[in-house]
Amino acid sequence: MKLRSKDILGLEDMSPEDIGTILDTARDMKKIVVGKIKRVNYLQGRTVVTLFYENSTRTRVSFELASKYMGANAVNVSVATSSVAKGETLIDTGRTLDAMGTDIIIIRHSKSGAPHLLARNVKASVINAGDGMHEHPTQALLDMFTIKEALGGIKGLKVAILGDIYHSRVARSNIIGLKKMGAEVNVYAPSTLMPPGMEAYGARICESIEDAVKDCDVVMSLRIQLERQKKALFPSPAEYSRFFGLNGENIKGARKDVLLMHPGPVNRGLEMTSALIDGDNSVIETQVTNGVAVRMALLYLLTGREEK
Amino acid sequence: MRYLIKNVRLVNHDAVTENVDLYIDNGIVAHIGKDCLQDADRILEGNGLYALPGLVDAHCHLRDPGFEYKEDIASGTRSAAKGGFTSIACMPNTNPVVDNAAVVRYIMDKAKREGVVNVYPIGSITKGQAGEELSEMGSMKEAGIVAVSDDGRPVMNSSVMKKGMIYASQFNLPVISHCEDLDLAEGGSMNEGVVSTMLGLRGIPSSAEDVMVAREILLSEYTKVPIHIAHVSTKTSVQLIRDAKRRGVKVTAETCPHYFTLTEEACKGYNTNAKMNPPLRTSEDVEAVKEGLRDGTIDIIATDHAPHHFDEKNVEFDLAPNGIVGFETAFPLSYTYLVATGILSLPQLVHKLSTAPSKLLNIDRGTIETGKAADIILVDLDNEYSIDVSAFLSKSKNSPFDGFKVKGRIVTTFVSGRIVYEA
Repeated sequence: MKLRSKDILGLEDMSPEDIGTILDTARDMKKIVVGKIKRVNYLQGRTVVTLFYENSTRTRVSFELASKYMGANAVNVSVATSSVAKGETLIDTGRTLDAMGTDIIIIRHSKSGAPHLLARNVKASVINAGDGMHEHPTQALLDMFTIKEALGGIKGLKVAILGDIYHSRVARSNIIGLKKMGAEVNVYAPSTLMPPGMEAYGARICESIEDAVKDCDVVMSLRIQLERQKKALFPSPAEYSRFFGLNGENIKGARKDVLLMHPGPVNRGLEMTSALIDGDNSVIETQVTNGVAVRMALLYLLTGREEK
Repeated sequence: MRYLIKNVRLVNHDAVTENVDLYIDNGIVAHIGKDCLQDADRILEGNGLYALPGLVDAHCHLRDPGFEYKEDIASGTRSAAKGGFTSIACMPNTNPVVDNAAVVRYIMDKAKREGVVNVYPIGSITKGQAGEELSEMGSMKEAGIVAVSDDGRPVMNSSVMKKGMIYASQFNLPVISHCEDLDLAEGGSMNEGVVSTMLGLRGIPSSAEDVMVAREILLSEYTKVPIHIAHVSTKTSVQLIRDAKRRGVKVTAETCPHYFTLTEEACKGYNTNAKMNPPLRTSEDVEAVKEGLRDGTIDIIATDHAPHHFDEKNVEFDLAPNGIVGFETAFPLSYTYLVATGILSLPQLVHKLSTAPSKLLNIDRGTIETGKAADIILVDLDNEYSIDVSAFLSKSKNSPFDGFKVKGRIVTTFVSGRIVYEA
């Protein structure tokens, strides 16, 4: 098995076949993640660098463990201590890592398109671990893997995505990926957090939470990205949770066995009540476990590409 | 030098004359007619070429002083000459800003020494383009400015803008406004719409331009001072200007070739050579700009020539500076997209690229007439080619038009009867 591209930059340029390949490979990888001995040698002798220009715990650790479980040399470049602080450009940093023999660079960056710029200028494979408000392909892949694992497939499902769509790269990647795999997608947000042109993605813009979640198989709530908001785009957290937060009442129109998802970290009580977060329908922790499996699959498929 | 240009089609803003000879003596058009018999130092055979008044650019950036690594007066004027521009008005956002007579004199002197086309500086409306205190417009006018503008840093304070307009009018200086409400623009880096959402980039709503166009029209209407709207890019701006002209407001407007040839789609793939301000808009806006050009709502085509170094553009989209080079693509793009498509006649194009900007800037150019300065370009309109940025004479190559198929090549450029460019 192999992927067609050198890089994983977004779901926009990924075919349904490639997505299928990744999800199938992740199923095998998950056995390793949940097994006792978390060690295989698929990436032995390979070097994987995580280059994070934004704070992150779960994604960075997830990638680092995925690399280590497969025997790679995993290095974490933290921006505060690197040459970036001295004014080095992204391209020069990338070329430096290239020159040291890096096979895969995993980048997170606050500027949309930064991974694309890097990919055009380095020999190493580049994985986008989240760029600005653009895409977060590995999150969407792990979400789709979680859905497929729980419900047996994606085609024909109804999925609602709620919350701060405007700033959310998770929402963009998920909408693109889910549509490609044949799901229906509903979106709902405060009007100040709904970006223009969502219709072009083929998503339905809903009137209310109740309208959005009706008969849904999956409901995905997004984190309010307080750090990305230059100005308050809603009046207060109390008003947000009252009109836009998910709770035991407004979720009732969804299917009984609906999967409740959240990319984390959750602002408890704001986006979703604690009862829902910790309840039976929640798969938030499974998403985290699956994240490692999906990232192992990607690393495996990217390095396998060169050996064909 | 005396030149005899034989057998050209002479195009002025109001007429085309077939098969005439032009005789240039001592920098002046000495005779226009058939079968000139005068002695000449050099005879140029017209053979199907068109003779147009040298193009006049009401809006460019020469980057000198302060940013000579992007462009300087020597390279910028050579780029202009290659593009057929014989007179160019440069914006004041240099370092230091053109907000006093000393900087104006520096540009005028350097242009005289090193430039090959006529350079007309534009002074700032406010000191340091900071939008607070008025610049010394009177002294700058004495030193040579032809207009005032704070260009890319619009005067947000409406009261300061009003004072700037009435003060400028006392010195008969046109006021040029880059219309952008900075609060609405909110640091966006491309047009707000489907493409900005897909690329995850912050958008600049078209209303950021429209709101300011409306303000300038209202201020002009109130003060009776003419206003010139720079680089119109939206459908609503075109409509606002059209309505204002109808009720007699003294408003004029310009657009640039990129606003009638490209849409926001050009930003896809994070192409920083498609990043400019105002940003590329939608196809609906492009159509409205073309209609505005056709019906005369938009008087002028300017380049907004904005050179940037390759390294400055080869960065994250958000971090790249705004602007593209324009001297060497403006004529072929305008000809190909406006004249060859039947939107404008050739004389109308001459009006928008030469006569109208001359009138705006109050300079005695923009027409080929006996007794006037011989600023003339010879153009081969049948010449079809692909734009090649590597052949640009500008120091910078930041253009989204590389590889575009166009028609119309500048063959020879005369400034005051002197050849400054020959293909």
